[in-house]
Amino acid sequence: MKYGLLIQIARSLMLARLKQTMVAAVGVTFSITMFVALLGFMNGLNQLLDGLVLNRTPHIRFYNEIKPNPDQPIDLSESYRDFENTIRTIKPNSSRLRIYNSAAIIETLQADNRVLGVAPKVSTQVFFNVGTSDISGTINGIDVQAENALFSFADYVTEGNGSDLDQTNNGIILGKGAADRMLATIGDVIQATTARGDRIQLKVVGYYQSGLGDLDNVQSYASLQTVQKMLGEPPSYITDIQVKLHELDLAPPMAKDYEALFRVTADDIQTVNAQFETGTEIRNLISYAVGITLLIVSGFGIYNILNMMIYEKMDTIAILKAIGFSGRDVNIIFIIIALIIGVVGGTVGLMLGYLAGLGIDRLPFETEALPTIKTFPVDFNPRYYIIGGIFSLITTYLAGYFPARKASAVDPVEIIRGK
Amino acid sequence: MAKQLVLEARNIDKYFYSPQKTQVLKKISFTINRGEFVSVMGKSGCGKSTLLYILSTMDTSYQGQLLIDQEMITGKPPEYLSKIRNEKIGFVFQFHYLLNEFSVLENVLIPGLKLGKLGREALEVNAMEKLRIFGMEEHALKKAYQLSGGQKQRVAIARALINDPLIIMGDEPSGNLDKKNSDIVFGIFKELATEFNQTLLIVTHDPEFAEKTDRTIEMEDGNIIAQ
Repeated sequence: MKYGLLIQIARSLMLARLKQTMVAAVGVTFSITMFVALLGFMNGLNQLLDGLVLNRTPHIRFYNEIKPNPDQPIDLSESYRDFENTIRTIKPNSSRLRIYNSAAIIETLQADNRVLGVAPKVSTQVFFNVGTSDISGTINGIDVQAENALFSFADYVTEGNGSDLDQTNNGIILGKGAADRMLATIGDVIQATTARGDRIQLKVVGYYQSGLGDLDNVQSYASLQTVQKMLGEPPSYITDIQVKLHELDLAPPMAKDYEALFRVTADDIQTVNAQFETGTEIRNLISYAVGITLLIVSGFGIYNILNMMIYEKMDTIAILKAIGFSGRDVNIIFIIIALIIGVVGGTVGLMLGYLAGLGIDRLPFETEALPTIKTFPVDFNPRYYIIGGIFSLITTYLAGYFPARKASAVDPVEIIRGK
Repeated sequence: MAKQLVLEARNIDKYFYSPQKTQVLKKISFTINRGEFVSVMGKSGCGKSTLLYILSTMDTSYQGQLLIDQEMITGKPPEYLSKIRNEKIGFVFQFHYLLNEFSVLENVLIPGLKLGKLGREALEVNAMEKLRIFGMEEHALKKAYQLSGGQKQRVAIARALINDPLIIMGDEPSGNLDKKNSDIVFGIFKELATEFNQTLLIVTHDPEFAEKTDRTIEMEDGNIIAQ
């Protein structure tokens, strides 16, 4: 089979109807451009929204939960062990928030090669004293460097500098909402009262804004040492250990294993934020549905134009058949035309889609809620380009298949006799 | 030279089914030998064109048998028939039927390229030679639609010749041309028959044209009345 000749004939047929061919190709280009740009844009937004919560959430969090002891003394008693015991008004015992033997736990976690990083935290409730009124808040004592590396802490420090926490004695980064309520500006010294009644002076070195208003009204950050000092606890005092993993999916089983090993509560991200994954999946589904609809519409465009071309080229098809081209040859010619339109239109579409993505990426998008975002987010994942490319080929092939089959069935006698 | 059968029709019947069943060809049988210049003559509607389409293998819905080059053609698959048309039959139609998207030279080349026996360069030399025979070589690079009717018909004949076919079939090849061009076309056919010993089967309704051929098969109402 001599495809060279067939390709040449396909080329000449297309050049003879250059405008029509271009219209078909532009249809493909447009839909692929939209597909790629739209998916990139929608997924960029998706990732942004997910990141808002997921980036700031540890994959596994270890802490001591204040809760009643599940092993009550009556269950241990010889005589009542086998009974169904009901005890009312059980209260939690005065268990400590502190994680016992935290240094060893951190060491163990860091040695685990599934773990990306570990960040210890001390969090405590305080009252900020503003004049005569008190505002409640939480101060998190953090390891600034670990927090930066794992949870991009610095991104959310909108004013001031996160590393000042380490350098300034009793430095604090206030949540934006809390700072606004206290009218505290950078450099001011504010007073806080701990749960035990101790008073402490803290110097404001920056503002923290996560984009989640509730969080920003309450959360403030200081260094580990500052908070330990506030509480009068030794440097081994840690209330939370946050872990980030290389693979998010490993979190639930690992949390379970370590929970048993360390005898502390371990929460994994999937359990805590199950609704986020569902949301992401549905948003993805919607964007793919829109994109594929676009491609199918352009497929009908190609189908129409090829159909018209075949009606116009009936004479040509009849002559080709009369001089020795088989139905299969004619079929191949029209499939080649469809695929060339698909490949050219698709390739240009992918390039324009990339450019459109770059364009959207430059558009300013500033909002109070998202301090780190200055422009619209776009995801340049090559997956969308591959899907777009493959789908453009499939739709053009199908759009060409039916007209081509019709062309191959043209009876030359009817055309020649019909003149 | 011993007579060699090029084409043989045996009892060919053909019916049209729409609007109602009518028999257009009734037990047509004849033979054509190598080098013969045969015309099929008859009035419009006598079935001569229908016969030609059957002989050319394009129409396959008939009863009877058709042999080309002493090979049974009836019942062969369409792909094979395409090959036969490409290799052994050259066509000249009433309405020239060149491919308008291509240049004159390419029009002549395409059946040769399809056959694939010779390379493109050798074919181009051949095609130019054929065009020269008909005085068309200076038009070789023009597009087909830029030619006049008579010129197109000459190119179509050149195309029919490119694969050195066993037989050339013409369906009123001069029917659409004026007297002068018609004479030119006839002159070409005559030359092909006498000088190149080319077998020709030409359908015409023009008795004057038919008279000048070696043999005339006369048809009326689907029957051969004289040959």
